[in-house]
Amino acid sequence: MDEQLKSELSRQGVVATSLQELYNWGRKSSLWPLNFGLACCAIEMIATTMARYDLARFGAEVFRPSPRQADLMIVAGTVTKKMAPQVVRLYNQMPEPKYVISMGACAISGGPFKQGYNVLKGIDRYIPVDVYIPGCPPRPEALIDAFLLLQKKIDEQYLTGPNRPRHLNADMPSEFVVPEFGEHDLEPTQNRDVWKVPLVNISIAGKNESGSD
Amino acid sequence: MSVLTETTVALSSDPTTDPNASQLLEVSMGPQHPSTHGVFRMDVALDGEQVVKLKPVFGYLHRNHEKIAESQNYLGCMPYTDRLDYICSITNNWAYALAVETLAGIKVPERAEYLRVITGELTRLQNHASLIGFLMQDMGTSGTPLMYAFREREKILDLFEALTGARMMCNYMRFGGCRVDAPAGWLQQTQKVIDAFPKFLDEFESLLRTNEILMARTQGVGRVSRELAINAGLTGPMARASGVNYDLRKVDSYGIYDRFSFRVPLGEFGDVYDRYMIRLLEMRESVEILKQAMRDIPSGPIMDPGTKIRGFRPKAGEAYGRIEAPKGELGFYLISDGTGNPYRFRVRPPSLINLTVLEDMCLGRNVADIVIILGSVDIVLGEVDR
Repeated sequence: MDEQLKSELSRQGVVATSLQELYNWGRKSSLWPLNFGLACCAIEMIATTMARYDLARFGAEVFRPSPRQADLMIVAGTVTKKMAPQVVRLYNQMPEPKYVISMGACAISGGPFKQGYNVLKGIDRYIPVDVYIPGCPPRPEALIDAFLLLQKKIDEQYLTGPNRPRHLNADMPSEFVVPEFGEHDLEPTQNRDVWKVPLVNISIAGKNESGSD
Repeated sequence: MSVLTETTVALSSDPTTDPNASQLLEVSMGPQHPSTHGVFRMDVALDGEQVVKLKPVFGYLHRNHEKIAESQNYLGCMPYTDRLDYICSITNNWAYALAVETLAGIKVPERAEYLRVITGELTRLQNHASLIGFLMQDMGTSGTPLMYAFREREKILDLFEALTGARMMCNYMRFGGCRVDAPAGWLQQTQKVIDAFPKFLDEFESLLRTNEILMARTQGVGRVSRELAINAGLTGPMARASGVNYDLRKVDSYGIYDRFSFRVPLGEFGDVYDRYMIRLLEMRESVEILKQAMRDIPSGPIMDPGTKIRGFRPKAGEAYGRIEAPKGELGFYLISDGTGNPYRFRVRPPSLINLTVLEDMCLGRNVADIVIILGSVDIVLGEVDR
């Protein structure tokens, strides 16, 4: 529908919408996060739900202790190799549609503990992540920003067509490989369907082909 | 291994003769559990509702702090200490700075000592405030006391942010002083927060002190005797609730704590209620210390001018620095071999050692009591697993 006509109609008190908009609006306005804190970031996540920052303004204050009732997982903190199978299993137990916010440096890449032997170098090696928020820990405002970004992402999803999201496409997986403790490391060390090794363009200083830096 | 295979307890009724006899049931609480205060797991063997065996499982947040520190220089270890007990980063900085100062024989200027006491006691206030909030949450109060507690905590975090630039990971202390001086107006703002804090305590106490449900759920639950507290090496509010008069601020008088007059509240029964009340009383004493420190704070430098922070190489030797962190005795044991990195960096985490009596507290209690007993220990998993 023409946007101009729509806004004109709404000024007259007539609301015109499509099923897709209504569906997306309903979903984005009542995200139920999983009550699941891993480390330092969890304290900031709790602070976000408290009186000053009040996540309830965005319809996401109902933290559910059971993954069966949740549709958003906030990976708030360091994922260690001992914890990674449990995180993936919890994600698998959540019903579709489900989303993931990777909160803080540790959940994104391992953060300050990346050099250690027991820290997973990013939860996106095993489960698909929708929004990343950097910070150590991110401020509550940053978590609210992540919520708004996620809401925007949900709002732009199509119900039909080739670009429809995973939960509407029966061919796409909704469960992912749960890593197991191998002899030296987790096995598999990453889920290749979810995570690709980032391509790094290495150019030697002074030999940049384009001539400019 | 399952706890059931290790359990040799007589059931309340014999299953061979009594057709209604119960069997032992194994429940795994955690690592994803709304009231385990992080990723902590307890394997519990239950006879009906009663706990007959409890096995804590650690290591879900093992971030190898001690190993990483061996490859960092002394200054580089400081931000890692923030993330040990992530609710009170400043006291962690302080304990580590104290250990390095003992190792290298550094003197701290007067004003820096006062700033350390002020920030350290503010940390104690916000830690205890959030702890009692979480404890009430575990008891099922569905938010209200936790909201009150976090309202106060935010005011203190604002002060930390103005001083250090970070809400939680302050990274404030340096060996030989503090990183930055208080900005203009910070001390006045702090004074306001300190003056308003007793009002919050009054409000909290009038809300909960004589609450019938609170008393029924906590009194006589999770008792630790004085002997057990001493033998298990408990420190901090856990030990003092059992009547052990041990507060490093009095025993060691590290820093300038001998200049302040304050009392050490002691409990009588060592149950959850005592541990809750000890924290409320300790907050009142912290407010007293803060008032004295704010009155006496001198002007002057905040760093020892002789200390070389970058390229710092202490002589070979060993040192142990310990302070009374909000959770108990927090110590850092350092071995230097004369190079720029610590040869060995060992943390004595108060919450891990306070947690060792968990099974003794829980045996014979109901499942619902485990949650509040664990809540009253005040653990932070970053410190327990390190």
